[in-house]
Amino acid sequence: MIHWLADPMQNAFMVRALVAATFIGLTCSVIGVFVVLRNLSFIGDGLAHASFAGIVIAYMMKANLYVGGLVVAVLTALGIGSIAKRSELSLDAAIGVLFTAAFALGVLLMSRARSYSSDLQDFLFGNILGVDRLDIILVVTLAAFVLAIVMLLYKELLFSSFDPVMAQASGLPTDFLYYLLLVLLAVTIIVSLQAAGIVLVAALLVTPAATAYQLTTRFGTMMVVSAVVGVVSSVGGLYLSYYLDAASGATIVLTATACFFMALLFSPRRRSLLSAVLASRRAAVRAR
Amino acid sequence: MTEHDVEHHDHTHVSPSELAAPADHSHSVAPTAPHLHPHEGHTRGTTAVIAEALRARGAAEPAVDFEGVCAGYFGRDVLDEVTFEVDRGDFVGIIGPNGSGKSTLLKAIAGIHPIECGAAWVLGAEPSDVDKRRIGYVPQAESVNWSFPVTVSDVVLMGRYGRLGLFRRPSVSDRAIVDQALAEVGMSQWRDSQIGQLSGGQQQRTFVARALVQEPDLLLLDEPIAGVDAASQHAIFTLLEKRNRAGTTIIASTHDLSCVATWFGKVLCLNHHVIAFGPPDEVLTRDTLAATFGSHPLLIGGQEEPRP
Repeated sequence: MIHWLADPMQNAFMVRALVAATFIGLTCSVIGVFVVLRNLSFIGDGLAHASFAGIVIAYMMKANLYVGGLVVAVLTALGIGSIAKRSELSLDAAIGVLFTAAFALGVLLMSRARSYSSDLQDFLFGNILGVDRLDIILVVTLAAFVLAIVMLLYKELLFSSFDPVMAQASGLPTDFLYYLLLVLLAVTIIVSLQAAGIVLVAALLVTPAATAYQLTTRFGTMMVVSAVVGVVSSVGGLYLSYYLDAASGATIVLTATACFFMALLFSPRRRSLLSAVLASRRAAVRAR
Repeated sequence: MTEHDVEHHDHTHVSPSELAAPADHSHSVAPTAPHLHPHEGHTRGTTAVIAEALRARGAAEPAVDFEGVCAGYFGRDVLDEVTFEVDRGDFVGIIGPNGSGKSTLLKAIAGIHPIECGAAWVLGAEPSDVDKRRIGYVPQAESVNWSFPVTVSDVVLMGRYGRLGLFRRPSVSDRAIVDQALAEVGMSQWRDSQIGQLSGGQQQRTFVARALVQEPDLLLLDEPIAGVDAASQHAIFTLLEKRNRAGTTIIASTHDLSCVATWFGKVLCLNHHVIAFGPPDEVLTRDTLAATFGSHPLLIGGQEEPRP
């Protein structure tokens, strides 16, 4: 067992990958709690796709790819937030139009750049084994930033996620908190692209939190369980990919998915929730 | 002599509301005024002094004062020139059909829905500028995400968040206030239940408890008894009445007319604009109800005959 765990560590790239996987798993699963409870998963998926345009532009300008992706993702998050607040157009449709357009722009620019780049391909499917020292510093810094803000504004984010109307009525800056959450989501996605890539990053956000949701009825507990599931599946998935010689991003995602189905099987919550929903339906019918 | 009699006669017949207003009998209390206000009584009118004192205590202005207020969604007015005034300590019920603007009016009062025309004052300030700690708001049950992983005591504790301010965690005394409110609404034994597991009445009692721990001056409730069993209805109204007697101004919307005459001191009939506003026995007539609810009024059980 010790050998099983220690052997991969003899490779420097594997050590870096494990550090990155731990922080990415932690950050994604903590933000993921808000993504699941506020139905932001489609926004998360869209932000990941939109960031590709920024990554390609940064690549063409020979700038840092993360910074390029981060700028575009944050701007898109703020733009989508204001559409959600003001527009009569359904949010899903707005996201569907804007994010696919940004992704298409990225693909178009990449095709014009001619020189085929495996770097860019890594951003599509993720290659956590390719992280270098600078990537690690960036991942750890951004993860610490996201986690610190969630800890500081824990009760405000909880209140405005549960009941935005009442939170606003109590004087909380709910609009600011909503935009902040979208920015944190954008940062988290950029941090996580290296691990899962644009196509799979939504799974890192949603699956650990959805797993935790099956197992608890307390918000704080859900966050802790989600973080544990996120870290365990990221690190465990990375080890599995090492021994199976399989793609790391996909293995991590499928490990998390396995956790989700196990939780579904053993969930104490589903039955009671189902009966509560049925009871409130009956009460509503009686009231009419 | 005769003149004096007439004047005296007039004074004994002023209505209670006129008696309560300082202006109407200022001259009769004038001789004692210097004792009450030794420094100001000689140089300033007693009326002004009393009015100022009341203002200083924050009791002079009405709790809610709307004049010609419009508000709506995406250019469509839901509230059309709404004008009414709620005094401090009133217990007001807003009735009207679905979509008549009840929720929008409560949100406009709470300062969370923008006002597009007219003038509005709530507790002496514009709705968006009022100290939000002074207003308690209980949203409609349909707007709440019941599958959210929070327990009854978590929800009630949220009522204290507005007072805590950023970054601060709830203290022991905040939790004690929550425990007290849970006991008051009879929800102590369900404090650790997830809110989706409760009945409709228990859910509403939880949200009323959350508004109570805010210790508001003005309490707004959107359909607090929709989908609630009779026992919980009675418990909720008894509780609200107790708070109202302690000085809290309460405005609640409902489409259940059977409770209106029993519990509310005043009724506001709303259908995009104010149809009628006043004590239940004056307002709840066949004509105003027909005007409020259109051609199919939901009549009060036993008090009105069905229309032919």
